[in-house]
Amino acid sequence: MSGNDQLHVVTSDDISDSRRRLGRMLVWGSAGLMALVALAQTAQQMGWSDFGFTNWRPTLYAYCLWATALCWAQVITRGEQGKRTLFVLPAALFVVSLTVFPLLFGLVIAFSNWNLSSLSGRQFNGTANLVQMWHDPFYWNALGNMVIYVLAIVVEYAIAFGLALILAGQIRARKFWRVAFLMPLMLSPVAVSWMIGKSMLEPRFGPLARLARSLGVENPSFFESPWMAKLTIMVLDAWTFIPFMMIMLLAGLQAIPKELQEASKVDGATGWKSFWEITFPLMLPVSVTAILIRIIFKLKLADIVITVTSGGPGGATDTVTSFIFREYRERSNVGYGTMLAMVYLVLIVIAMTVLMKLANRLTKPRT
Amino acid sequence: MTDTPVQIFRDSDTDRGFRMKWWASRVAIYGVLVFWAVICLFPIYWTATTSFKLAANVMQGQMIPWPADWTPEGDWAKKLFYAPKWKGWESIGLSPQTLQQESTVRAEFLKRFGNSAIVSLTASTLAVVLGTMAAYGLSRFRYRFGWMKNDDILFFFLSQLILPPVVLALPFLVLYKELALLDTRIGLILLYTLSVLPIVIWIMKDQFETIPTELEEAALVDGLSIWGAFLTIIVPIALPGMVAAFILSLVLTWNEYFFAALLTSTHANTLPVMVASQTGSQGINWWSMAALSFAAILPLIVIGVVLERFIIKGMAAGAVK
Repeated sequence: MSGNDQLHVVTSDDISDSRRRLGRMLVWGSAGLMALVALAQTAQQMGWSDFGFTNWRPTLYAYCLWATALCWAQVITRGEQGKRTLFVLPAALFVVSLTVFPLLFGLVIAFSNWNLSSLSGRQFNGTANLVQMWHDPFYWNALGNMVIYVLAIVVEYAIAFGLALILAGQIRARKFWRVAFLMPLMLSPVAVSWMIGKSMLEPRFGPLARLARSLGVENPSFFESPWMAKLTIMVLDAWTFIPFMMIMLLAGLQAIPKELQEASKVDGATGWKSFWEITFPLMLPVSVTAILIRIIFKLKLADIVITVTSGGPGGATDTVTSFIFREYRERSNVGYGTMLAMVYLVLIVIAMTVLMKLANRLTKPRT
Repeated sequence: MTDTPVQIFRDSDTDRGFRMKWWASRVAIYGVLVFWAVICLFPIYWTATTSFKLAANVMQGQMIPWPADWTPEGDWAKKLFYAPKWKGWESIGLSPQTLQQESTVRAEFLKRFGNSAIVSLTASTLAVVLGTMAAYGLSRFRYRFGWMKNDDILFFFLSQLILPPVVLALPFLVLYKELALLDTRIGLILLYTLSVLPIVIWIMKDQFETIPTELEEAALVDGLSIWGAFLTIIVPIALPGMVAAFILSLVLTWNEYFFAALLTSTHANTLPVMVASQTGSQGINWWSMAALSFAAILPLIVIGVVLERFIIKGMAAGAVK
């Protein structure tokens, strides 16, 4: 299995047949136990017989037992190699059982009509959810909003780059500025949405509304017109996440060898020119990484929208996540919500694949 | 040597122009720094001071808390200064007077705070343990799980980052209901661990690649097993990276709202859920909301100030290759 490990280890394992058998027995035995428990539970669910289970916990425990046995058996049957597998196996099992299984389960839910508050339970309804989605203007509206929100990253990036350049330059009290600029990222978005969204932007008494009034704006309101509301949400989100991009870009700037900039200075490049021709191209890989990660985080945007505007006015600030959240809260229809989320996932995967391909082409040096 | 010092070097006009430009750029740079620092810090200042206000102070918009005895005469002072009161903190039972008494609000707050602390600390620990092991394995050995090789396994872990929480949310809601994990801390811990695991693996992979393999080889020659070498030699060296990953996970899980709002109701809900549930109902009752919000963000402000180094290290990992 391991022809050329990074780490060369000479191992002398002689594993006896009985030891091998023990390991295999452990795995299959626990798997059999899990199958048995699951079968019994299914039987009860179907109403064939009653074992007195109140929930599916026993199956979960059996699964945990099986997972432990699988890890343990690695060492028993494969010795030194098994010990190596043990580094990755727990994390892999954890992720697989917590994503792959729910995703498959989600696919089943997505094609059914399932209202959690009604007693009728799950009914398979084919593609009815897809058809409903196709005719749901609010979902398309939310998708459109996501595109606009993602486009706002360009502005965030420009601001973050500017701040990173200043922080990388020669300034006093660098640590203080860094801590101050990092602060917004630490705060919980929910608290931020009260602190800024609900109180500082309050039209009567909020300090920002007062500021706007003193600048001559009559009746300042930040959430009434659709575009103003969208803009406010963008600013709030940008406020939280600009530090994140700033730190990544700062790390990139500090990794650029000083000689390059000095050489360009000797060659007579002035500030602006040396930025565009030296710093910016060198920063391209870091920039692309920062923007990609930022897009990933942006696509999850929900808590600020849920707590500040709950999608209003008229869905103008809705993100896909907040829309599905409300859809579930108001109608508790799990099936339709899951279908919307699945479609969103497919769209994201396609978009991110394209973006990553583009990014690769952008950062690879052309020869 | 003459006794009158002759100034040989003089600033020419071009040099003086240069000086002017230098000063102008200094002023501009510090101007931007101060401006952005105000943008970043003012909301925190605003929340902290609002928690000491009364209704009148909120409506008149005074900004600076100042003891009443020292407030200077004059209208301008009345517009700026107000006498701080403990009313906001009283409403969550955390003011000096109410601290001695029984308080249901405080008990509620402390319960939520405890939930948040337990969930985020446990999830971060679990993620760091699992993630460190996986990252170490992936950076040292070649694996083959079916058709998946090292790069595929790594991609599989990191691709979880793209998965939006909303996709998992409703399936988990149903699953947890069946497993009686709804509204429990364990349920939240599992999900939070899952959501920060890719970040931990990313940071730790980066960290392990800077550690030379000769270290373990020497340890193995000296008779340590692989796990022994990992635990006694590598982990101590990689500790800064682990702390960075832990702090970053802590911040993310402490602030998480979406899953907590969906999967908890009365028992296990965390601080963000409590803050969010109060926002709607309080109206203009700003002082108590401000106190609650401030209490919710205070731990992270402290972490941010004290451990800033690690947070920056964590976020910078992977940015520079």
